[in-house]
Amino acid sequence: MKRRESIKAIALSALSTGVLLQQACTENKTQQSETPQFTIDRHPFEKERDTRLMSQRFFTDDEMATIRVLVDIIIPRDETSGSATDAGVHEFIEFIVKDIPRHQLPLRGGLHWLDNHCLKNYGKIFRECTQQVQLEVIDQIAYPEEARPGMEQGVKFFNLLRDLTATGFFTSEIGLKDLGYMGNRPNRWNGVPDDVLNQYGLAYSEREQNETISFENS
Amino acid sequence: MPFEIKVHPKVYDVCIVGSGAGGGMAAWVLSRAGLKVAVLEAGPWYDPAQNVTQLKWPWESPRRGASTAFRPFGDFDAAYGGWELEGEPYTHVPGTQFDWFRSRMLGGRTNHWGRISLRFGPKDFKGKSHDGLGEDWPIGYEDVAPYYDKVDELIGVFGSKEGLPNEPDGKFLPPPKPRLHELFIKKAATSIGIPVIPSRLSILTQKINDDRGACFYCAQCNRGCTVYGDFSSSSCLIKPALKTKNMEVFVNAMVREVLTNENGLATGVSYVETTTLQEYQIKARAVVLAASACESARLLLNSKSTRHPNGLANSSNLVGKYLHDSTGSAIGGVLPALFGRKRYNEDGVGGMHVYTPWWLDNKKLDFPRGYHIEYWGGMGMPSYGFGFGIQHLNGRFPDRNGKIKKAGGYGISLKDDYRFYWGASVGMAGRGEAIALESNYCEIDPNGTVDKYGIPVLRFHYKWSDYEIKQAKHMQETFQEIMHKMGAVITWGLSGPENNYGLETPGRIIHEVGTTRMGNDPKRSVVNKFNQAHDCKNLFVTDGGPFVSQADKNPTWTILALSWRASEYLIEQFKQKNI
Ligand SMILES: Cc1cc2nc3c(=O)[nH]c(=O)nc-3n(C[C@H](O)[C@H](O)[C@H](O)COP(=O)(O)OP(=O)(O)OC[C@H]3O[C@@H](n4cnc5c(N)ncnc54)[C@H](O)[C@@H]3O)c2cc1C
Ligand code: SF4
Repeated sequence: MKRRESIKAIALSALSTGVLLQQACTENKTQQSETPQFTIDRHPFEKERDTRLMSQRFFTDDEMATIRVLVDIIIPRDETSGSATDAGVHEFIEFIVKDIPRHQLPLRGGLHWLDNHCLKNYGKIFRECTQQVQLEVIDQIAYPEEARPGMEQGVKFFNLLRDLTATGFFTSEIGLKDLGYMGNRPNRWNGVPDDVLNQYGLAYSEREQNETISFENS
Repeated sequence: MPFEIKVHPKVYDVCIVGSGAGGGMAAWVLSRAGLKVAVLEAGPWYDPAQNVTQLKWPWESPRRGASTAFRPFGDFDAAYGGWELEGEPYTHVPGTQFDWFRSRMLGGRTNHWGRISLRFGPKDFKGKSHDGLGEDWPIGYEDVAPYYDKVDELIGVFGSKEGLPNEPDGKFLPPPKPRLHELFIKKAATSIGIPVIPSRLSILTQKINDDRGACFYCAQCNRGCTVYGDFSSSSCLIKPALKTKNMEVFVNAMVREVLTNENGLATGVSYVETTTLQEYQIKARAVVLAASACESARLLLNSKSTRHPNGLANSSNLVGKYLHDSTGSAIGGVLPALFGRKRYNEDGVGGMHVYTPWWLDNKKLDFPRGYHIEYWGGMGMPSYGFGFGIQHLNGRFPDRNGKIKKAGGYGISLKDDYRFYWGASVGMAGRGEAIALESNYCEIDPNGTVDKYGIPVLRFHYKWSDYEIKQAKHMQETFQEIMHKMGAVITWGLSGPENNYGLETPGRIIHEVGTTRMGNDPKRSVVNKFNQAHDCKNLFVTDGGPFVSQADKNPTWTILALSWRASEYLIEQFKQKNI
């Protein structure tokens, strides 16, 4: 019993430290709203670098507008959750290319490849094509194993954009909830739930039951 | 500005260089014995309760946890360090490789280590007696066992009593139950004769004192624990040692060299304060080096004097030699049985709940020494890299509706694929023992390279031998068998002779030891069996340097035990006025 109480107390104290930090941050905010707020441990030089990266812009307005269309094609809104842009994926991509510059050229080059491909074949840049045409173009580059020769550049570009969109989406608040990730909170690990064990025909051995840590009602 | 070296007025009993596993342990033992202790740490102050990344969400990092040059294990990782440090280079003999991981912070690498806390077994101290290779330690398991016991009790480690001959049981807290993928692994591996037992990690599944809370299962030990539920030298040794009031910690204090007098004895150290670049000297009756195996070797080699022209404690010429790291090779993939799995909080502790200790008889194998296997997988918190390469999964495995689609794609059906395949990954890695060789070493770079403080830097020379390559081959075969048996599909890591069976670059496993090895013969070793330099009786080395051989275990529990043992010996030497 004592142990359980202490765990609760610890969980609470851990949480309240978090709350205090948050408060400290909001106080800061009112004083200097320009600088971004950091809620995780940062070195001064990390703060400096991240602040600088956040204040810079890599993609032009036009490029960003196309990225927004593309990421929402990759991850659209459905009955479970919002779309990539709802989750701020385009902003994540803007940041990550400055943080990991090797993504810059493939993405910028890919965007221009795409616009040229569309101009040549449909007379308009990608963003100005009808939705139907846009999807037709995406169909040509979204399936690496079936893409016809000549589409390699588009495939490569789309693979990268798909990866970054997935990461950006499922590491956002919307995406994490959609995925059903249930951790990152104080809890007591009591083993795999019984119904899941049953589902896979597995069971804990007697030793595993008796000699491991277990908690009443978790 | 005139160049002035400031000398601290106080003379300490002991000056300890480095506050990681070896330094923290010495600091704790010595300060509690009433000795006046100064700890010099090159990095800044760090306290996981203040410098928090635990329980943060991926979006609190603008790069969603991707690694940076400053945080090579990801943006939330507690390491202030990395493979490359700005302004602190190291070099290589052409054609050889060694990657050196350094953390510069109070507590060193114990703030973000894997908490795998294994004792060496009786055989591990006597390798040569068993297979004729390398060298025996001058001590045996029975010498270290009492200190392992004390470390277990002071710091806390969970595990299970197994009674295995070369995997000694400790004073264990109860381990956590296996996760789902770990049950799959266990079932598969044990069915082909590979044991899988509860892991042994220094994480408190039960509270052991009022300074530290119990683990609340967030799987984030590498971020540092705000309630000190896991072992870090900063929170579990340095902080309590400060309470004795016998100890002072100097952070941002990068030691240049050990100072000696005309008798060749250590008198203290000189250091540069890294934020002001002010030079200092600090005097002590004894010096303990625990700056990490290579860094302590560097300090000794840089401490030249007329009495020690070759570098301090180096009459054997062996300082820096016998550098060795664990071997490593890994494989990973997916377990299709887990596609579309039910969601629940599977975080558990910050590491694996089960592992495989070495289980085979080398007489039947074509390589000496063994390896243990570490496992991972499951429903971890998404971070940068999530969903990458989906085209390799969704063209290969049926989706939720049992349909194999074209690889890649987009839209609502792709979105569902990410959900469906999540949580099914599984992977494993071997960590094995390499034979320590004199030809693998670090030395002061002969081409005169210095770091930004003007301290001469290390040059590495390291090559794996056939033994390690054969061991890696065996790891690969074993992993494939286990993966096959459990119905998993390997998606990465499969390696053959073209890349030495995935054998990692030396240094990559971050178990580097051996650079100031212990022995009874001053000509064939640097320190004696109490980690005391043969050539300089008031100088001790308590990091991984004194290891004669790095077993198929991780080194830190042994560093801690030997540091405790050396510290007690040092106290005794003070008492007997030998120092
Ligand atoms: C990601 C990771 C996972 C790991 N997992 C495990 C594991 O699961 N199990 C295990 O047993 N081991 C593990 N290790 C290895 C473990 O961290 C080391 O064995 C252990 O920390 C070594 O202790 P140490 O005291 O020798 O060195 P460190 O912990 O590195 O401490 C050395 C300290 O000395 C300071 N220092 C260096 N040079 C100077 C100088 N000139 N002046 C002043 N101070 C200096 C450094 O800043 C540092 O704080 C892991 C390491 C890493 C990086
Ligand atoms: S897993 Fe446990 S010990 Fe590790 S950081 Fe989380 S709460 Fe702390």
